[in-house]
Amino acid sequence: MDITLKINNKDISASVEARLSLLDFIRDIAGLKGTHAGCEHGVCGACTILLDGEAVRGCLMLAVQAEGSAITTIEAVNGAAHPVGELGVIQDAFCETHGLQCGYCTPGMVLAAQALLKHNPTPTRDQARDAISGNICRCTGYVQIIDAIMVAAERLQGPNQPADQTQ
Amino acid sequence: MKAASFDYVRPQTLDAACDYLASAPNARIIAGGQSLVPMLAMRLARPALIVDIVHIDGLSSIHEDGNDLVVGAMVRQASALSNPLIATHVPLLAKALAHVGHPPTRTRGTIGGSVAHADPSAEIPLVAVALGATLHLRDSGSDIDFDAEDFFIGPMLTLAPPTACLYALQFPKPAGAKCGTGFHEIAPRRSDYALAAAAVHINADTNGTPQDLRLAIGGVSDFPQRLQLGLSGHDTFTNDTVTGAIDAALDGVDFVEDMHASAAYRRRVVAELARRAIQDALHELGRSL
Amino acid sequence: MTKTTYKFLSQPRRVVEDRRFVAGKGHYVADYDQAGMLHIALLPCHQPAAKIDSIDTSAALAMPGVIDVVTGAELAAAIDPLMNGLDTPQVRRYPLAVGQVRYAGEWVCAVAAESRAIAEDALEKIRLETTALPFVLDAEQALQNDSPPVHPDHKSNVLLDKKFEWGPVDEDFAAADHELSFSVTWGRNSTVPIETFGVVAEWNAWEQILDVRASVQMPKYADQIARTLGLSGNQIRLHYDIDVGGSYGVKRGIKHAVLTGYLARKLHRPVRLIEDRLENMRAGDAHGPERKFDVSVAFDKDGTVRAMKMRALDNAGAYAGRAPFQLGKPIGAIVGPYRIGSVAYHALSVTTNKAAQEAVRGFGQAPTNYALETAMDRVATFLDMDRLVLRRHNLIKADEFPYLIPSGSTYDSGDYHTVIDKVLTAADYPKLVAECDRLRQSGMMAGIGIAACLEPSGGNASFEPLLNDANKTTTWMESCQLNIDALGTVTARIHTTSSGQGHETLVSTIVGEVLDLAPDDIRVTRPNSLESLPGNSPVGSRMAIMLGGAAARAAEKLKSKIITIAAHRLACDAASLDYKAGDVHAADGRKVPFSDIIEAAHRQIHKLPDGMEPGLASFDIMQVPTGGALPENGKVQMYPCYSFEFHLTLVVFDPIIGKPEIRAYYIGHDCGTVINPAIVSGMTYGGIAHGIGAALFEEFAYDDSGQLMTQSFLDYLMPSSHEVPDIQIVKHSTPSPYTVFGQKGSGESGYLGAPAAIASAINNAVAAHGICFSKLPIRISAISDAIAAATTPGNTNAVK
Repeated sequence: MDITLKINNKDISASVEARLSLLDFIRDIAGLKGTHAGCEHGVCGACTILLDGEAVRGCLMLAVQAEGSAITTIEAVNGAAHPVGELGVIQDAFCETHGLQCGYCTPGMVLAAQALLKHNPTPTRDQARDAISGNICRCTGYVQIIDAIMVAAERLQGPNQPADQTQ
Repeated sequence: MKAASFDYVRPQTLDAACDYLASAPNARIIAGGQSLVPMLAMRLARPALIVDIVHIDGLSSIHEDGNDLVVGAMVRQASALSNPLIATHVPLLAKALAHVGHPPTRTRGTIGGSVAHADPSAEIPLVAVALGATLHLRDSGSDIDFDAEDFFIGPMLTLAPPTACLYALQFPKPAGAKCGTGFHEIAPRRSDYALAAAAVHINADTNGTPQDLRLAIGGVSDFPQRLQLGLSGHDTFTNDTVTGAIDAALDGVDFVEDMHASAAYRRRVVAELARRAIQDALHELGRSL
Repeated sequence: MTKTTYKFLSQPRRVVEDRRFVAGKGHYVADYDQAGMLHIALLPCHQPAAKIDSIDTSAALAMPGVIDVVTGAELAAAIDPLMNGLDTPQVRRYPLAVGQVRYAGEWVCAVAAESRAIAEDALEKIRLETTALPFVLDAEQALQNDSPPVHPDHKSNVLLDKKFEWGPVDEDFAAADHELSFSVTWGRNSTVPIETFGVVAEWNAWEQILDVRASVQMPKYADQIARTLGLSGNQIRLHYDIDVGGSYGVKRGIKHAVLTGYLARKLHRPVRLIEDRLENMRAGDAHGPERKFDVSVAFDKDGTVRAMKMRALDNAGAYAGRAPFQLGKPIGAIVGPYRIGSVAYHALSVTTNKAAQEAVRGFGQAPTNYALETAMDRVATFLDMDRLVLRRHNLIKADEFPYLIPSGSTYDSGDYHTVIDKVLTAADYPKLVAECDRLRQSGMMAGIGIAACLEPSGGNASFEPLLNDANKTTTWMESCQLNIDALGTVTARIHTTSSGQGHETLVSTIVGEVLDLAPDDIRVTRPNSLESLPGNSPVGSRMAIMLGGAAARAAEKLKSKIITIAAHRLACDAASLDYKAGDVHAADGRKVPFSDIIEAAHRQIHKLPDGMEPGLASFDIMQVPTGGALPENGKVQMYPCYSFEFHLTLVVFDPIIGKPEIRAYYIGHDCGTVINPAIVSGMTYGGIAHGIGAALFEEFAYDDSGQLMTQSFLDYLMPSSHEVPDIQIVKHSTPSPYTVFGQKGSGESGYLGAPAAIASAINNAVAAHGICFSKLPIRISAISDAIAAATTPGNTNAVK
């Protein structure tokens, strides 16, 4: 099937098998390696991307199902607000609290945090915990990840934040 | 874990979808895909044709229809969770939805998809059974209905013909002046497949006196099922009468035993969850056990 | 060089690796694309034991896009078996099953195709004919002479059967007031990283080099690949700049590298094998220890534990792997943090028809600590003594270090009593106890769990010669190279992959500390194995000590050279000079600035002392401290440094539902001098999360027909953020006298004691019903069923 997917504001067209997952399209056809495969059956959350601004699991969608939607991956999580090489507020917060170690689940965590803070800019610690409960991390024990989300929430409430340019 | 090959179509009408289902020996519908896609990845499901119903008009609406609320099969779980009509008219479903998967799976997963998939631990089928919802399917050009209480017959097994497509779920609005609901489930981790779940809906009069109580249990056997407690509105709902009635009703249930929980555990826990769900429902009516 | 305050060490500093990971710019093995790359999929056989009668690959080979299909027979004819650490030559392992399938899920064929999807399609076309054989799953049964041998040529299922006796055990038992015995079982589980193992191998026939990129944590990986494939050492180029998505011990990748290396040379195309989750869970680098402990302790009525007998029977699975050695490492801390005078240890490792184990975080220490801490709890119960009082009485005291334990290792330093005091204060222990009582009175089950244990660190793997007399290894080294370039910037080279431990941060911090230069300006690179000096990988909680040590010593060499150049310039004695941020100052106020030193070193040989090499480069290859000797009489010095942790937790659950909630969790942690606080605390939190999994959720469970029931994340349950509570870390530091800065290891922290602590809490909660759980994981169904059995009127049987 010939399909065109809008990924990070760019149209990418390819001829694909219907069985190709959205995750595999993102990695192998769009060449974006920041979204990771952990289990390929929808449990670990390492494949999390934003579909029309909401967090979804890339391994649980067929690429063909994603036509007509806007997909955002970790590579464009900051939109136009931050140039390449400059971390967004959420990413910077993860670095501040060392809310990661091996980095494999991290893009999924950052996007889950992004989705949470879009809906709930002032989460409690429990709400932050709940927001990442669908993302498994084996390195951190989650504590410093939740710390990162709380730091990010606080900083995003502060003055002079760039408008969120992502879809 | 790459799926076996299949063809993929996007019909624009329900009848076209049914035609596709009839055209291939093992064609399957994809709605949200949250249950189907992992099965494809593990090659547990090997359809020759996948029929995507996302483009069919009218499958995502929620509207009142007299004494019922009609929920389109393609309504996303996340959307249902925040929908005021569901909160008002099907409060038990609103409660159950918070337990379904995780936010990313609720964004894609659908009300109809969960019912059609019929996992014995799933929450939405359990609520459909508890409330006696009517399931509307289209099959070879005609509408066919099923009572949710009869629909689920085994793990991932329903009465739906392989050529049929579920398009709407009709939930009865609360029949009395007041109602109370309760939903409890237990899983090894939050959001895992439930080892036991209980859903309760009580219709009451203006005084909060229970008129009828509907209880269904899930996660404990091959399909969600109602438990007839034999308690009427004239009974005093005490802890003893309720636990006694639950215990008697559970005698007829075939409990599953697996590596996560024994049959005895499932029985013991579902009895407690049923009791708690009834307690919650009565509490909403200003009463207690 | 153990100072109490440092400029950069122990200071909050961002972990430099984090930056690329939060941007999605890590370089994991699956990110590596190469034109013409082939993809491997593996065909499992689902019988626990079967003779392979025939494999018909013709239909698979005929499919478009399928390039090759390999069987075990082809491999066995072409390459050597994988290296085996024990002296068991008849236990042979190849990447694919040879002649016989030995566990359900074992890989029988490998398909190489243009895409992973095509390769999986091809698997379905392979015709495998087998004849079922008898099988054995239970370790005790495997010990019996009549159990069907997993490797018939080996004649039995015993891989290792070694008895040690350190000290007068029988006399101590006879002299003691009491003795008790018990058994506990550590269920088969492991640390299961989110990224599975993967490798890409490319053979360059023109240069005769095999390039290997792998998500791996394996000492001597390049060496083993070379030996098995019959290549020379400098024909393997292992790329250390691949980011590893978590390993915690398991990613050994040797069968995968040998398979892909073989195919790369045969097919002359790059070959990639990324385990999918099913391949991983069934047969990949996944499983961990499965161990039964039978323990007897001899103790006096005042609580002094005098002696211990421990039989540890481990179910290795179908091949030896690292499993037997995970019985040996705990010998280096066999008495835990206690003053137990004599120990008899019987280490047994058997083959069964289950998947082979790989190495797991702690290398057998966490299961052993579970057994040790259970012993202490049981002694306390027997004597009706408070568990804390009993432990304090037996703990080695701060003034007794260095402390020699019966099995021959010396514990370097520690102050266990102070750590415990600090935790009890931080937790407001009486208030915690009162809360526990209040919860019990309200009808809930509640229990307090404690565990005190050691983290041996430094990776002196002398358990290898201890368990295998033919192994005469005494060198466990690590290395670092440094260069200050002509512009005065510092680059360090480290010779290992990392899986989240922050080694770049570790090295830049330490080099910055020694050279008094900003760590953020120090770049750390990872050359490939042909450009590297020897090392032993991040195993055995060794890198803070070993990589940190080598980096510090290499930096000291540079600093010394800088001072020598300045001394020559100033015509004075080097010892009279002061080094500060690269500049060198004389007492009389003269100074040689860093820029001058660089200039002299790189461009002005006439300004250097006679015979001095130009440039500013150094390296250090460091041997593990206190190591270097072979075992004698069953005793040997193992790891040099011992970190200590004390866990205190409150667990609550409803007696019917049986689902434990961790209401409070405190851990006192002493790993000596901390190099980066956020790295250490992250390790500890993560280790506790692994421990919660092992205690309550995780098990590679087989049914009676030898099928693995937990083949995916739907059944192998790992803690999510809801299952790991907020944890309070209480810090203490007793530096090690043996390391450059007094640092000890912390890579296994939390994991080593959390399972014991949680089991202790649950047992504390159910003790009043006469219930005691003695197998991990403790599932909610088991808890509820045991309480129901104990509280049903007329039922007086306690569940064991």
